[in-house]
Amino acid sequence: MTAQQGAKPRLDRAHVRHLLAQMVRIRRFEEKCAELYTQEKIRGFLHLYVGEEANAVGVMQALQPDDAIVATYREHGHALARGIGMGPVMAEMYGKQEGCSRGRGGSMHIFDAATRFYGGNAIVGGGLPLAVGLALADRMRGLPRVSACFFGEGAVAEGEFHESMNLAALWRLPVLFVCENNLYAMGTALELSESETDIHLKAQAYRMASEVVDGMDVVAVEAAARRAVAAIRAGNGPFFLECRTYRFRAHSMFDAQLYRSKDEIEAWKHRCPIERFTNWALGANELHPQDVATIESDVAAEVAAAVDFAEAGTWEPVEDLCRDVYTPRAAS
Amino acid sequence: MSSPAVTTTYREAVRAAIREAMQRDERVFLMGEDVGRYGGCYAVSKGLLDEFGPERIRDTPLSEAGFVGAGIGAAMGGMRPIVEVMTVNFSMLCLDQILNSAATIRHMSGGQFSIPVVIRMATGAGRQLAAQHSHSLENIYAHIPGIRVVAPATLADARGMLWTALEDPDPVMIFENVMLYNMSGELAADAGAVDIDRAAIRRPGRDVSLITYGGSLAKTLAAAEQLAGDGIEAEVIDLRTLRPLDDATIMESVGRTRRAVIVDEGWRTGSLAAEIGSRIVEQCFWSLDAPVGRVCSAEVPIPYPKHLEDAALPQVPSIVAAARAALGR
Repeated sequence: MTAQQGAKPRLDRAHVRHLLAQMVRIRRFEEKCAELYTQEKIRGFLHLYVGEEANAVGVMQALQPDDAIVATYREHGHALARGIGMGPVMAEMYGKQEGCSRGRGGSMHIFDAATRFYGGNAIVGGGLPLAVGLALADRMRGLPRVSACFFGEGAVAEGEFHESMNLAALWRLPVLFVCENNLYAMGTALELSESETDIHLKAQAYRMASEVVDGMDVVAVEAAARRAVAAIRAGNGPFFLECRTYRFRAHSMFDAQLYRSKDEIEAWKHRCPIERFTNWALGANELHPQDVATIESDVAAEVAAAVDFAEAGTWEPVEDLCRDVYTPRAAS
Repeated sequence: MSSPAVTTTYREAVRAAIREAMQRDERVFLMGEDVGRYGGCYAVSKGLLDEFGPERIRDTPLSEAGFVGAGIGAAMGGMRPIVEVMTVNFSMLCLDQILNSAATIRHMSGGQFSIPVVIRMATGAGRQLAAQHSHSLENIYAHIPGIRVVAPATLADARGMLWTALEDPDPVMIFENVMLYNMSGELAADAGAVDIDRAAIRRPGRDVSLITYGGSLAKTLAAAEQLAGDGIEAEVIDLRTLRPLDDATIMESVGRTRRAVIVDEGWRTGSLAAEIGSRIVEQCFWSLDAPVGRVCSAEVPIPYPKHLEDAALPQVPSIVAAARAALGR
């Protein structure tokens, strides 16, 4: 993770390569996950982020190592962009004890204390109150940290969304709410689930600052996230960032996608955040074709190593079934 | 030597416990609906706002899922929150956060994050508050691995369980029966933390084990007193902790008395009493001289009129009758 300070992204060649590499890492990792799912190496639900990579990568550029992240069940991209090793994430998908959650969580429950990554929460809307609480703790402890909470537009219909928005605004807590609006809550289109489809307007009801950004443009997301985080760190309370984006693949691996047309999907694929950014950077001479090739080969090697790590991982002994339900207590 | 006793109430004992915790540990704060300016819906936190200020005695909007979830998040963020929910019926609005977040995150994260939150709430019937404020749903929480559930039934436990719960690295739920808040009695002036692991024998006896907790303890003790007048020596066990259950104390008692009656203000079907009864059958079957008896609430939402509310709950005569049935006399 690069940790540039300040409210504006500095698009030097190193940073351009970094942004592209992060998005490519997520894309190739998930393509491999889909393949491994068909081989039954990965089981359960698998929710892919393909198409939405610019959001996690862009927002993470604005965060510092001691900020907190709360994410959803579609969080592989956030985990990788946050800096959790690809090997431990892949091992988690396998359910191996070398996984970042010791294999207990799987695809939907990636956690990592070292990077303050608080899940991997698979109850829609359920992560938002946790982010409010993390921010409340920071406030009470006098720590100048930000809690960033990612959720989809489907969560906006949940009561927990509204309760959390109100609490964060009422108490002026340092929460960055990031709504990744990919237009479908599983298979239900936005206009079928919301009376107000311009989602960022909902922040106004809580007197919370908000911004809409093109979630297919990593630079725009980074810039917006930097503005938002700067406002939060300046003590202006929470900020609501709506990223308009699109999921290229099915909701999960069990989805026949009856609810949207192929034409629509194809139209959005023309806005692929990776292709778009690559073409722009090549045209602006911020990137050389050789850079792209190097990134692809580095990422391919990283993905292969992650698969090897997961394959070499071990199954937790069944005797340990009930560990980590309670914190072990010192014998009294 | 024990210190001199003072006269106090259950409400004052809980308040003293909160005050002491706030004084001892700056990470502790109280959060909930009307805990500050109003003084708590059962007046438990009355006066604490003036003492500790609005940051630490934090009034919340009516957002159970929001503020209970925020308590869980704050606990992960290094604080030691005491979250008050008005009544267990309202806690259904934050069941998601308690079940899906507080109880699971330690496990889902492979042990990386503990949740040292304490969630207190009132439970139980008896104040004619009808069917949305009167139930005893602690059994629902006692079903859930990952949390600890306690039910103080005495002044000493009302005073002492909170600090121990706050020291616990995992989520602890404290159920305070509404009929106990006005209970007064003597408490040692230096009363402090107590364990939250073991059941307590509140009255020793040899003929039958009466197993209960919370708001039914006083009724069960009254029943034991009445039985003693007829020459029946009932032992009364106060469970104190509903999860994990202290099997050892229960089985040791039933092994001696060979008869057991469980008194539980929850509904009979799927009750804590059913769980305890099963455990007794599993572990003490060959010691039993009689079927395990149960006195539970009637299978009805708690009604408003006093005579019907009384009829719905375990009462002294029904406990006496169940004990006599176990003894066959």
